[in-house]
Amino acid sequence: MKNNSRYEIRFSGSGGQGIITAAVILADAVGTLDGKYVSQTQSYGPEARGGKSKAEVVISNEVIDYPKAMSIDLLLAMTQASCDAYFFEIKPDGLLVVDSSLVEQVPTSRAVAIPFTEIARKEIGRELVANMVALGAVGYLSGQVNLKNLERRLLTRVPKGTENMNRDALQAGIREAKKVDLKSLPRSFVNEWESEV
Amino acid sequence: MVVDAETIRQEYLRHDKKFPHVWCPGCGNGIVLGSLLRAIHNLQLPKDDVVVASGIGCSSRMTTYIDFNTLHTTHGRALTFATGVKLAKPQLRVIAVMGDGDATAIGGNHFIHAARRNINITAIIVNNSTYGMTGGQYSPTTPYGSKSTTSTYGHVEHAFSIAELAVTAGAAFVARGTVYHAAHLDTLLEQAISKRGFSVVEVISNCHVQHGRRNKLGDAVKMIASYQERAVPVKKAQSMTEKEMEGKFTIGVLCDVEKPISTEEYDRIRQESCHMV
Amino acid sequence: MAADNSKKRLLLQGNEAIVYGALAAGCRFFAGYPITPATEISELLSVKLPQAGGTFIQMEDEIASMGAVIGASLAGVKAMTATSGPGFSLIQENLGYACITEVPCVIVNVMRGGPSTGLPTNVAQGDVLMARWGTHGDHPIIVLAVSSVSDCFSITVRAFNLSEKYRVPVIVLSDEIVAHTRECFTLPNVDEVRVVDRIGPNVPPEWYKPYAANNRGVPDMAAFGDGYRHHVTGLVHDERGFPTQQPHEIEPFLMRLHEKITKGFPEIMLSKSYLMADAEICVFAYGCVARSALMAVKNARAQGIKAGLLQLITLFPVPRKEIDAALRQCRVAIVPELNMGQMSREINRINQSGTRIVKYNRIDGQMIAPDEITKQIISVS
Repeated sequence: MKNNSRYEIRFSGSGGQGIITAAVILADAVGTLDGKYVSQTQSYGPEARGGKSKAEVVISNEVIDYPKAMSIDLLLAMTQASCDAYFFEIKPDGLLVVDSSLVEQVPTSRAVAIPFTEIARKEIGRELVANMVALGAVGYLSGQVNLKNLERRLLTRVPKGTENMNRDALQAGIREAKKVDLKSLPRSFVNEWESEV
Repeated sequence: MVVDAETIRQEYLRHDKKFPHVWCPGCGNGIVLGSLLRAIHNLQLPKDDVVVASGIGCSSRMTTYIDFNTLHTTHGRALTFATGVKLAKPQLRVIAVMGDGDATAIGGNHFIHAARRNINITAIIVNNSTYGMTGGQYSPTTPYGSKSTTSTYGHVEHAFSIAELAVTAGAAFVARGTVYHAAHLDTLLEQAISKRGFSVVEVISNCHVQHGRRNKLGDAVKMIASYQERAVPVKKAQSMTEKEMEGKFTIGVLCDVEKPISTEEYDRIRQESCHMV
Repeated sequence: MAADNSKKRLLLQGNEAIVYGALAAGCRFFAGYPITPATEISELLSVKLPQAGGTFIQMEDEIASMGAVIGASLAGVKAMTATSGPGFSLIQENLGYACITEVPCVIVNVMRGGPSTGLPTNVAQGDVLMARWGTHGDHPIIVLAVSSVSDCFSITVRAFNLSEKYRVPVIVLSDEIVAHTRECFTLPNVDEVRVVDRIGPNVPPEWYKPYAANNRGVPDMAAFGDGYRHHVTGLVHDERGFPTQQPHEIEPFLMRLHEKITKGFPEIMLSKSYLMADAEICVFAYGCVARSALMAVKNARAQGIKAGLLQLITLFPVPRKEIDAALRQCRVAIVPELNMGQMSREINRINQSGTRIVKYNRIDGQMIAPDEITKQIISVS
């Protein structure tokens, strides 16, 4: 009775980076347009800016009983602190995606490092949309969402007047992620650790 | 226009309620009740459209006896219930009757916020300087130095001036009257009820049984008669010194201003927002 | 049309689904005070209620909110408030007023860690017994627990319906997890939602007795301003609504308040059973914990253990019949809760069959994970 289609994504970073917004857009696209079961949760502290921020999206073809992540398929880390805190919760064949503009020490070679913040600043002109660059990459790398639907939901959820900027950010993220050759990565964290021993 | 007492009794008191009422002989509450009924009568408000809410205490028992939509609520909360009634059915005329402890101690926060909100309700606060129903403990309007069952050595705190508090909190209409000046009180209540916005009438009243007795203020007649000397019309008080006003208080209209009424403002929001669906 | 279907299918937080449920049930008045983790309910209703011709007001505290809700309901408008632990403490005073005056209203309590300010952003289930017994005096009340976004919609509708039908306050217990979890929900059309309204008087005003017993045990309710002038008081009152101290009037009145709920037991007591047909080990759970429990039971089944789940939706009145049947059927019962064992105490009370009851409690602000419950099931199997 194990649910094999269950896929868990955790978005992490610091408050103000738009972590929750990115997770909500992904969940919205998967749930309302792709037609899969989805649950999106987050944990938060009292502060609106700064502090650790964490949001999760669980995707499944079946009804989701437990709404939070248990063993992560894909971890997005937008800060070093969040990378260090959550890296060990990724399942052995899961994937780590980091913002290489902010995460200097990547704890594994089974990781995709893309400078989301730098891309946002240089290509879009606003660091603020680094979350949408990351969302594009996560959407592509997870293979869990129809990318057209992801863009549709992004456009309905971002503030009016910022649609183009956010769409460009999303597409930049997708484009960067397409350059990554996942097959060239070690297949599992476990193998990697074992080979080190 | 003076209406006879029999008409008021027949028309506005509940005949199916087992009298007698709970008030002591000589209590000012009866005078306030009479004034309120005459004011409503003179304004020709249909009884079905009038809601009177009250809190807990002697004066708050008033709602039991009068033939309107009546709401005897919890201690201090009359204005919160009244706010709900008024917002849900803005066409109703909502009046709240409270005591001094009710409105300014346990209900003090509700009182200042109702004034700030400027919701279209009339608040009548019968101020007898004590908690009469529970046996004469000190209230927020018990004068400094007075004796009560909880200040047997003399009260060490200072009293609120309720009407002035209401002005500061933002009420659109504020007046003070006394149970001695009954005809004047009729007029003040009429003005308050017909005022559009939050209106407050503080009525100085006697509790000779609990407050008067412990402070040697005499019987009901003596206490009520003392208001004749202690009450100073607002206009006259303006030319009096602080020393001359010692032991006295102002009566009349303290404040009467026009400002947007939250009930009506909200109605505009309803109209505008339904186009945004 | 496909486009129309996708339009109605929404990604909603539990708090937002409560708003849609309330609106579908006919709620047109809300008074509240900001508090984490219930604030989203106020925020969304402040947008939606005026659009529906209703009223939203932010009061000066939760005492005032509850007062305004009762006032609005007396004026004939379905009304609700939503809060969390500290605010739930403040509403208790006027909640008792709603019980004794039989004023329909719905109170949502999104539970967070306590006592006192506690853990404002963390989950807990510490207010269960308070929901039942928080206001003073013997009083009737209905308490329902939600565990998903779709529950938040349907149970809120149910709460209004029961409240209107039985003239009793209904408490919806949510929690921080359910409140903030987003899931997809397809909003039903207006005509797909069964809505119950209070029954008004069918006699002329001069014959109307606002608290007269009838065969339903629920007096007909007139609204202020409808020509049925009457008195409403928090004092014990006679059938005309006037205060009484006569023993022969007091007891029948207070008994009726309880009996009207007893009469409705079959439709008030709600529970859902999963994999219970041949279960030997039963998990009793409610709220967000029911989600973990269901997964745990499925995991246990995958390992060949005959486990089942009885999810309690109505917490009070306690669904005694269903609990009793499950206890008689099973060898062991496990009661996981995010408190020190508030419902397990009730389940123990019902246990006449000597079934072993195992508590599993967590009070660290974290959710109970499925594996924790699976371990408990395995250890007793």
